Amino acid sequence: MTSDSQKTEPFATTGRSRKGEPLVWLTAAGLAIGVVMALGLFLLILVKGASSFWPKRIESFELRKGDSSEQVSGFITQTRERKDAEGKAVEEIQIFRGNKDLSADTFLYADTRDIIARNISKNTLLIERLTYGPAIGEAVAITQGGTRIAAEAANFRSALNEILEKSEEMRSEILHIERKEIGKVSVAMEKLQRDEKAKRKSTEQATRERATLQVEYDKLKAQATELEQKLNTNTLTYRVAGGREVTASFSQLLSIFAPNQTGFFERLGESFRRAWHFLIEEPREANTEGGVFPAIFGTVVMTLVMSLFVTPFGVIAAIYLREYAKQGFMVRIVRICVNNLAGVPSIVFGVFGLAFFVYFVGGAIDRNLYHEALPTPTFGTPGILWASLTLALLTLPVVIVATEEALSAVPRGVREAALACGASKWQAIQRVVLPASLPGILTGVILAMARGAGEVAPLMLVGVVKLAPSLPIDDIAPFIHAERKFMHLGFHIYDLGFQSPDAEAAKPFVYATALLLIVVVVTLNLAAILIRNRLKKRFAVSSF
Amino acid sequence: MPPLAEQTMKQTRPDFIRVEDFSFHYGAKQAIFGIDMSIPENEVTALIGPSGCGKSTLLRNMNRMNDLIDGVRHEGDIRLDGVSLYDPSVEVISLRKRVGMVFQKYNPFAKSIYENVVFSLRVAGRNRKAELDETVERSLTDAALWDEVKDRLHDSAFGLSGGQQQRLCIARAIANRPEILLMDEPCAALDPLATLKIEELITKLKQQYTIVIVTHNMEQATRCSDRTAFLYMGKLIEFGQTMQIFENPRMAETEAYITGRFS
Repeated sequence: MTSDSQKTEPFATTGRSRKGEPLVWLTAAGLAIGVVMALGLFLLILVKGASSFWPKRIESFELRKGDSSEQVSGFITQTRERKDAEGKAVEEIQIFRGNKDLSADTFLYADTRDIIARNISKNTLLIERLTYGPAIGEAVAITQGGTRIAAEAANFRSALNEILEKSEEMRSEILHIERKEIGKVSVAMEKLQRDEKAKRKSTEQATRERATLQVEYDKLKAQATELEQKLNTNTLTYRVAGGREVTASFSQLLSIFAPNQTGFFERLGESFRRAWHFLIEEPREANTEGGVFPAIFGTVVMTLVMSLFVTPFGVIAAIYLREYAKQGFMVRIVRICVNNLAGVPSIVFGVFGLAFFVYFVGGAIDRNLYHEALPTPTFGTPGILWASLTLALLTLPVVIVATEEALSAVPRGVREAALACGASKWQAIQRVVLPASLPGILTGVILAMARGAGEVAPLMLVGVVKLAPSLPIDDIAPFIHAERKFMHLGFHIYDLGFQSPDAEAAKPFVYATALLLIVVVVTLNLAAILIRNRLKKRFAVSSF
Repeated sequence: MPPLAEQTMKQTRPDFIRVEDFSFHYGAKQAIFGIDMSIPENEVTALIGPSGCGKSTLLRNMNRMNDLIDGVRHEGDIRLDGVSLYDPSVEVISLRKRVGMVFQKYNPFAKSIYENVVFSLRVAGRNRKAELDETVERSLTDAALWDEVKDRLHDSAFGLSGGQQQRLCIARAIANRPEILLMDEPCAALDPLATLKIEELITKLKQQYTIVIVTHNMEQATRCSDRTAFLYMGKLIEFGQTMQIFENPRMAETEAYITGRFS
């Protein structure tokens, strides 16, 4: 350095100030990559999930097929490039054409060079059905109790909507009879059988009561059948691509939508309607159609029950470790074990839960309390209670570590002040230390909930099923059925993506379910964070 | 509490707290070496000395706060009104009800002002509303805080200023009417004005309580104590009337310390 530059720089410099602080850039880059990845993941799922509800325009294609041609209606689900036999790049589109009842392959790949003509016909309808997925075609006529209204008739639309509405009502009535009324009779029947087996009721009495129940059952069944037949008298006839006409009973039809003649806002409304049905309905057709309500319900209930178990256990264990145990070798070993427990693969917890909770504890409960029902197990089989307990065990280290840290962060002066006021050790912990560490403890519970809600592997062993016939909480006594199996969003994603008979059709649902799982987890966490912040305000820690 | 007139008439006991050949060890390290002293009732006794001289240790033994530390042991005895604190029949909890304590760093609980004051009553299982209300008013008045907080008793204690928080801690310490009030550098974290208030308070409180105060501030010792004990290296060097200690110290170390010529 020359003496000149030394004059302008009165202080000796390392030269760093001019180059900036390289570590700032390094650390900032690290954070930026993390943020971009998280945002990318969320955005991808958000876009893919939300767009799966968007009603696409249905196009009609005329495809070259050898010397003749074929008519196909449907919407494009994918465009991809492929090398043909000569190694030339060929563009290929995938068309979803529905109508699974008519042909097995609902998805069709077509070479873009084979498209002779494509147009959008205004009258094409997307018909959502109970079975076989959606149908795509043009309405021809409806028959209502013997009278036929052609599609060209002026009152066609209003008649169609009216029938749809009425069908919806009747269907829910049938469902009510089949699920609730007949369900109650079945429960009574099962109880009767157990009573008979346990000799609480004599055989004659049981036979008599069974006869009454049977009469009731037959009556309800007849009622349901009658409604069903009434529904079946109304039919819709539609013409699919290629000219074939199909007649379907309204008992099968859920909704009819004409995506090609509706504007943006109507289609937006239709998306919301579909999203809403996705949230509140039960799944149909091996989970590829319908909604995911039981899965949402199962996830939330399981997570809450898990928190209910893990919080008191974890907090009590941490209090002993931090406040009462003599800090020494043994406590150090225990602490290391607890921390390592958090690193055990979750499936191992599933195996433990199956062996201990399900077979050992559940088996013992069955032998002692439900032996009339044996060999059918009641608690000795995977269920929501065992799943919650297994996950509580899995997340226990999180709560213990967080609670210990929160307890040790409570200033020593506060403890001493409590003791100096004549409090016993437990009183000091209970009245002063625990309230002051509550926000920290709740942070641990939030982390545990986040981990528990997203866990899938152990659940497959201890209670999650592809399709649960009934919810773990309902209006049939005793209302809370802790032994029941349940559905879970995480498992639902796996099931849709890998176990579905029609993986291609289930794909949009995979994204939508993933989005929903994120939303559920975030909502649960936000609720817990809100509670924590309110408590924080109440127990604000002194700022020195 | 009996009326003031009656109290001043009452015979004060000169040997109210009696420290007898008391030694104290933290593990292998001995902190106090055979201290002998008598602290009279209804007087303010100041413990002074350089850092690490054992004055806080001595103070914290007077309500057995040091029991909380692992590996401590003691020799000799401390008697409160003739009864050994270490007698097996003495319950630590009831001892601490008789000996209140105020700490160096104000440490109110994360509760309302009201709940802070009545804490010692609540842990003793006394939950009668009338009694609690009465205690809050009396303690806060005695701690010269009532007028400042009477309209926001149910607000968080952390909303108060530092000096107010320390006075709240004093109110909390006297809520259960202890006989002795131990103060471990009560003004160390406060500004001069707040310090002055606390000192006035100490002078007022000595009519009802026997006060032992640890301080680093020699002016404070002269201003508000009746007797002063100078501790050095865990030993009691000199103990006597505050005036005598500061104006006419008998020991060379004492003089060196109070005049600031100390190494």
